[in-house]
Amino acid sequence: MANVTVRVWRGDASGGDFEAYALEKNEGEVVLDLIHRIQATEAGDLACRWNCKAGKCGSCSAEINGKPSLMCMTRVDELPEGPITVAPMRTFPIIRDLVTDVSFNFAMAAKVPALLPPPMPEGGYVMYQEDVQRGQEFRKCIECFLCQDVCHVIRDHEDNKAHYAGPRFFIRYAELEMHPLDTNDRRDLVREEMGLGYCNITKCCTEVCPEHIKITDNAIIPLKERVVDAHYDPIAWLGRKIRRRTKRSADEAAVQPAP
Amino acid sequence: MNSPYEHHDYDILVIGAGGAGLRAAIEAKQRGLSVAIITKSLLGKAHTVMAEGGMAAAMGNVYSEDNWKVHFRDTMRGGKMLNNYRMAELHAKESPDRVWELEQWGALFDRTADGKILQRDFGGHRFARLAHVGDRTGLELIRTLQQKVVSMGTDVFMECKVLRLVHDENGRVAGAVAYWRPTGEFVTFSAKAVILATGGVGKSWKFTSNSWESTGDGHAMALWAGAELIDMECIQFHPTGMVWPLSVRGLLVTEGVRGDGGVLRNAEGERFMFNYVADMFRAETAESEEEGDRWYEDHSAGRRPPELLPRDEVARAINTEVKAGRGSPHGGVFLDIATRRSAEFIRRRLPSMYHQFMELAGVDITREAMEIGPTCHYIMGGVKVDAETAATSVAGLFAAGEVAGGMHGANRLGGNSLSDLVVFGRRAGIGAAEYIAGGAGPSGFDLAEVQTAVKDALAPFDNETGENPYDVQRDLQEMMQTNVGIIRTQSELETAKEALGEFAARVRNLKVTGGRAYNPGWNLATDLPSMISVSRCTTLGALERKESRGGHTREDFPKADPEYGKYNFVHSLSGGNFDGEIRTERSALLEMPEELAQLLEEAK
Repeated sequence: MANVTVRVWRGDASGGDFEAYALEKNEGEVVLDLIHRIQATEAGDLACRWNCKAGKCGSCSAEINGKPSLMCMTRVDELPEGPITVAPMRTFPIIRDLVTDVSFNFAMAAKVPALLPPPMPEGGYVMYQEDVQRGQEFRKCIECFLCQDVCHVIRDHEDNKAHYAGPRFFIRYAELEMHPLDTNDRRDLVREEMGLGYCNITKCCTEVCPEHIKITDNAIIPLKERVVDAHYDPIAWLGRKIRRRTKRSADEAAVQPAP
Repeated sequence: MNSPYEHHDYDILVIGAGGAGLRAAIEAKQRGLSVAIITKSLLGKAHTVMAEGGMAAAMGNVYSEDNWKVHFRDTMRGGKMLNNYRMAELHAKESPDRVWELEQWGALFDRTADGKILQRDFGGHRFARLAHVGDRTGLELIRTLQQKVVSMGTDVFMECKVLRLVHDENGRVAGAVAYWRPTGEFVTFSAKAVILATGGVGKSWKFTSNSWESTGDGHAMALWAGAELIDMECIQFHPTGMVWPLSVRGLLVTEGVRGDGGVLRNAEGERFMFNYVADMFRAETAESEEEGDRWYEDHSAGRRPPELLPRDEVARAINTEVKAGRGSPHGGVFLDIATRRSAEFIRRRLPSMYHQFMELAGVDITREAMEIGPTCHYIMGGVKVDAETAATSVAGLFAAGEVAGGMHGANRLGGNSLSDLVVFGRRAGIGAAEYIAGGAGPSGFDLAEVQTAVKDALAPFDNETGENPYDVQRDLQEMMQTNVGIIRTQSELETAKEALGEFAARVRNLKVTGGRAYNPGWNLATDLPSMISVSRCTTLGALERKESRGGHTREDFPKADPEYGKYNFVHSLSGGNFDGEIRTERSALLEMPEELAQLLEEAK
């Protein structure tokens, strides 16, 4: 088959540049196959993350021809003719080559107050398919962080990382908010500390999601509505003052005894 | 303790962050102990995420006749009676509680019409028993446990590769030595107890559903540390892996396709599985296509179709069809659900299979049959453990999940892995916590072991000449696939044994380029010793077991031999070197109490 040139960003935190590799194309290959072949032959130290090679683990995120994508799900024969450019995700600090420091996401995950369900009745909870379906869409998330990478709030403004959780965590908060069993209230947290208001619903996150989760329409917009309702509705405000049904800390939520 | 490297001190060290490791960590943490989890990848990426079909638990939500006794019986028969019966018993009894517990921690399983957890059919399970979320159950399990672990404030060391376990002066396990993949810097951990939860070994075969991580690190580290491995010859080749394009060869196609009505056909369009029903399963298997189809609607209206026999039976049948020239164009057979279920049903029940085939193979599974063939998937064998506590024969060392042996005998049933992870992950957490409470902690930390591990790890940088680790890995995979694959024979196994000696020498003579920071070539060089040790045990066990049973098939001994059914083969090593002499001995199976043995005798 024909040859292909792959331009891979090589370097570390101190700088780097694209390096070109000429390879033979094989039928049905994905970009990750090309990277693996470069590793096995010319550049054993070419750094990239990968695990499942089936679009299920979300490890091999990169920017292919400028578009945030999973390398394992991008078919070479579906890319336009000409050289293929593979660069690391731009929103996160470089570790080496295609590997970035995604610890921002793990720090945000640690701030999510856990699910707080009522005690489980004998024989398990009763929930109906239509009740769990909305949350299930968000739980398809494979944590590839491509939505975080593409989100201009943090892609173009490093300072915003201090007070902006990003689309991946908005779907997490939406999932918990819509969870049929949850008794934790995270609406103030999402508005005040997670920066939901910074999102101006350009839907870039939805476009790059390899799981085709409708991040903006199904999670962010409904979450914005709930948060706004809670904040500006005087009756809801009074209700919260009286019932004190406010969020609890993750620590408190975590001390659920095992059954 | 004066470690020359970055050093951490914990009560419990959990190596591996898949389902078993995370569940063990939760248990230990809930008991007030300090816990560190170490993982080669990022948190949430472990192989558990690949599990598709579901987790088996006799909750009886779909068939109220189901209970732990039936699950126990199915597990033992599926394992061809080589199982540690006590593990199979505990697993069958405890898995429903473990599923419900996940729901308390945020998992959202698919539901029945009356709002309970829905359960699906799978091979070898008499009733619909697998709790699931579409075909991404493993993702749900790992994400739920991950979120629980994070909410508890557990320390997780990501992208950190453990090289070796470290002992104290009395031979107890006292910690481990590792390196950070991002920097290549070494780090040591001392702990009162270590739990291995490192998963499988499948990366030593050419066609595998396993990721780069499945190099048998935990199996090997346990062996080097003085623990015993059992049943290493029992490797599961999953019947349905993708065969085309080559780039995705081996990638898993969930058994849920067959559980939901999919059937296997050869190139002549024949549902060939009807020709491969072993005597052991004849009484419970449909005799005609009509009977099998009735069963899907109502399990009392017919018997199960032969496509849902245990995985070892189906994989062997596919292999035979292909060898007889009745295979598909790319050397597999056809898995057809398109002609049997509506497109809407397929997309709802099997969404990730639909996407996987559409995006990677250009095949629309709602319109066309899939081409599939066996792929190396799971090792039943592993570290010999005590069923109740997950303790190994080395004080302070515990093991749970795929790295532990015994639970699944000679063949694992689909769905029994996810439940195994949480049942025995929890038990390992309890076992380790009680061991610590018993006061038998380590005294000292053998720095000489640390230095040896560091020296071995760095050798590929110092070698003036030497081989590319990727070349050695590729040759090893090719050799194991050819000689220790799904069908084995004496001469090929002897070839493999000989070759593995040569591979060990090649692994002693690797050369890597570049620096230590995030260098995959070097990372592979440090995985290869584990792959060699594990492959040697598999080969030695396969040579010794002169019969066919479950995930071990000998062309020259095609039948099960009742005599061999009384033993496990146990491997041990002295001296701690990956290329040291391995001793392989017979060890009698645990004797089953009469009341459990009776459950197995009862017809149907």
